[in-house]
Amino acid sequence: MANNVNIEYRRQAIYGWLLLSPAAILLTAFAFYPSIATFWTSLFSRGTRRRPSEFVGGENYSDLFADPTFWKVVTNNLIYAGATIPISIAIALGMALWANSKIPARGFVRTAYFTPTVLPMIAAANLWLFFYTPGLGVLDQIGSLFGLPSVNWLGQPETALWAVIIVTIWKEAGFFMIFYLAALQTIPEDLKEAADIEGASRFTYTRRIVLPLLMPTTLFIMVNALINSVKLIDHLFILTKGGPNDASKLILYYIWEMAFAFFDAPQAAAMTILVLVVLGVVAGIKFTILDKRTHYQ
Amino acid sequence: MTDPFVHVDDVAKRWKGQLGVEGITLSIPRGSFVALLGPSGCGKSTTLRLLSGLELPDEGRIHIDGRDVTTAAPSERNLSMVFQSYALFPHLSVAENVVFGLKVRRVGAAERREKLRRALEITGLLGYEARKPGELSGGQRQRVALARAIVANQPLCLMDEPLSNLDAKLRASVRKDIKKLQVDLGITVIYVTHDQTEAMSMADMVVLMKDGHIQQTGAPEDLYYRPANTFVAEFVGAPPMALLDGAAVPGFERAAKVGLRAESLRVAEAGQGRLTCRVSECEFLGSETFVGLTHPAANGLTVSMPGLKHIPPGEKLEIDFADEDLHFFDAKGNRVGHPDTATA
Repeated sequence: MANNVNIEYRRQAIYGWLLLSPAAILLTAFAFYPSIATFWTSLFSRGTRRRPSEFVGGENYSDLFADPTFWKVVTNNLIYAGATIPISIAIALGMALWANSKIPARGFVRTAYFTPTVLPMIAAANLWLFFYTPGLGVLDQIGSLFGLPSVNWLGQPETALWAVIIVTIWKEAGFFMIFYLAALQTIPEDLKEAADIEGASRFTYTRRIVLPLLMPTTLFIMVNALINSVKLIDHLFILTKGGPNDASKLILYYIWEMAFAFFDAPQAAAMTILVLVVLGVVAGIKFTILDKRTHYQ
Repeated sequence: MTDPFVHVDDVAKRWKGQLGVEGITLSIPRGSFVALLGPSGCGKSTTLRLLSGLELPDEGRIHIDGRDVTTAAPSERNLSMVFQSYALFPHLSVAENVVFGLKVRRVGAAERREKLRRALEITGLLGYEARKPGELSGGQRQRVALARAIVANQPLCLMDEPLSNLDAKLRASVRKDIKKLQVDLGITVIYVTHDQTEAMSMADMVVLMKDGHIQQTGAPEDLYYRPANTFVAEFVGAPPMALLDGAAVPGFERAAKVGLRAESLRVAEAGQGRLTCRVSECEFLGSETFVGLTHPAANGLTVSMPGLKHIPPGEKLEIDFADEDLHFFDAKGNRVGHPDTATA
C-alpha cells in the first residue's frame, strides 16, 4: 500500500519535471548560463599574449567607475530613457484614444500610426538621416523657407542625443499604441454611457475610468519601453556612431565598442552585469509597488 | 388632468434606413411605474435610450418634467439609469461607484457621505463599501447599480432589463425590492423587460411593443382582459390566450378570430362540450395542470385542471366556455366588440 503511494508520488514528480524541462533547458542555455558566464568573465583581467588573464575580483568594476566616458554614457542613457519612455507612452496613449474614437478613415489612421513600427530600425534611421542632413535634409529645407540657418542636428554635441531620442519616439509610439488600442477595446461601451448619464465630461471619464483601466497595459508598456531604452541602439550605428565626442553614446553601444572595437571583453562583461542589475531592480520595483495600485480585470 | 411627467410625441429612430422605432407616443404620469414590454428586437431598449439621451430621435419631441429635452445631453435630463450589465466601474469600490455621479456634480464631501450611507442602507449594502464589483455576487452587483441610480435622488429612473442576469429566485425578491423602492422614494420608473410576469406584477402601466411600434398601452389588467389585438392577446398571460377561427365557434362565425383564456375553459362531459379537441401534452405546475389541446381551427388552446392530471396524448377531450368570456378580433387582428356589430 505504502509502496503504491510511493510509486504514484514518483510518477507525479517525473511528470512534473518533464513538463518543466523544456523551459528549464532553454532558459539555462540561453539566459542563466550566459549571465553567469558574463559575471565570471567580468572578474578576470583582459588576457594579452604577454600577460595571460588572471583573477582580479572587482577591479574591472572600479576601473569602470573611474572612467569618465562610462559616466557620460550613463548620463546619456538616463536622459534617453527619461525622455523616450514618458513621451512615447504619452503619444501612444493620445493616438490610441483618438484612433479608438469614431473618426473617418479609422483603419487608415491606425495603419499610418503603425507604419514606423513595421519599418526595420536601420531603414528608419536612414530615413531620418535624410531628414537631418544639413543643407539637403527635409528639416533644413523647411527651415530655409523661413530663413532659418542650416543646423547639423546629428553633428553637434548639443543636439545629437535629442535627434536620436526623437527617432526612437517616432519608432516606438506606434508600437505602444497598438497595445493601448487593444486595451481600449476591452472597456465596455456602457461604462461610457453610465458616465454620460452621471454627467461626467469626456475628460473626467478618461481620467477617472479609462486611465485606471489602462494601468495594466501602461505597466507592461513601461517595462517594454525601459528595456528598449537600453536595447534599441541600431539607429546609433547609422546616425551618429555615438558621437560627436560621445554626446549620443548609449550604454549598449559602449558595451559593443568595448567588446568588439577595443577588444576588452571583461570590461564589457562588467558593464553588462551592471545593466542587468539595474534593469532587474527597476522591473522588480515596477511589478511589486505599481502592481498593488493596478486593477487587473 | 395635470401635465404628464414624461411626454413622448410621435418619436421615430432609424438606423441607415432600418427601422428602430416609429410613432412612439407616450404620456407617463409622475410617480408611476411603467414597463416597456416586448419580444427581443421590438424597440423597447431603443425607446429607453431615446428617453435617456444616449440616442437622439430622428423625428418627434420628448418632454420631461415640462422641459423639451429632445436634443439635451443625458446629464441634463435629471434622470438615472440601471444598465442590463450594471455598467459598474470595475476598478472602483462600491462606495466610489455609488458616489461617482455626486463627485462629478461636485457635491460636498459631507453630503456625499450622508447620501452614500442612505443609498447603501436602502439597498442593504452597508458593510460592502470597500469591495470591488468583482468581489460581489450577481445580486449584490445589481444592488450597487440600484444604489448608484437612487443616490442622486433623480425624479426619473430608467431601467434596462435589470433582472435578466439574476437567477429566477433572486429575480422574484429583487422585483419586490425595486417596486417597494419606487413607491417609497416616489420616483417615476421606466422599466424595460421581455418578461411579461415582471411587467404585469410591477407596473402601473404597461407599454407592449412589437417591431418598433406600440401595440397597446394600459394598466396590466387592460392588457390582460382587453387585449387590443391578437399579438397582445398571445403575448400577455401564461399560458397566452388561445385563438380560434371564428368559423369554428358556432354562433360567432362572423368574427375572424375568437380568443379564449385558459381559465375560461372547462372540461365538459362527453357530448356536452362546444369543441372537441385532442390532448397534446400535460404540464404539471403543482396546484394545477395545464393541459395543452389541439384543434384544427385553434391555436394555443390550454385548459387548466386542478391538481395532478395525467391524460395520454391523443385522447379526445370536450371543452365548454361561456359566451361572455370570448374576445373577438377582426381579420387584421384588431379587437372588436361583438362580431355582428363590428362587421356591420
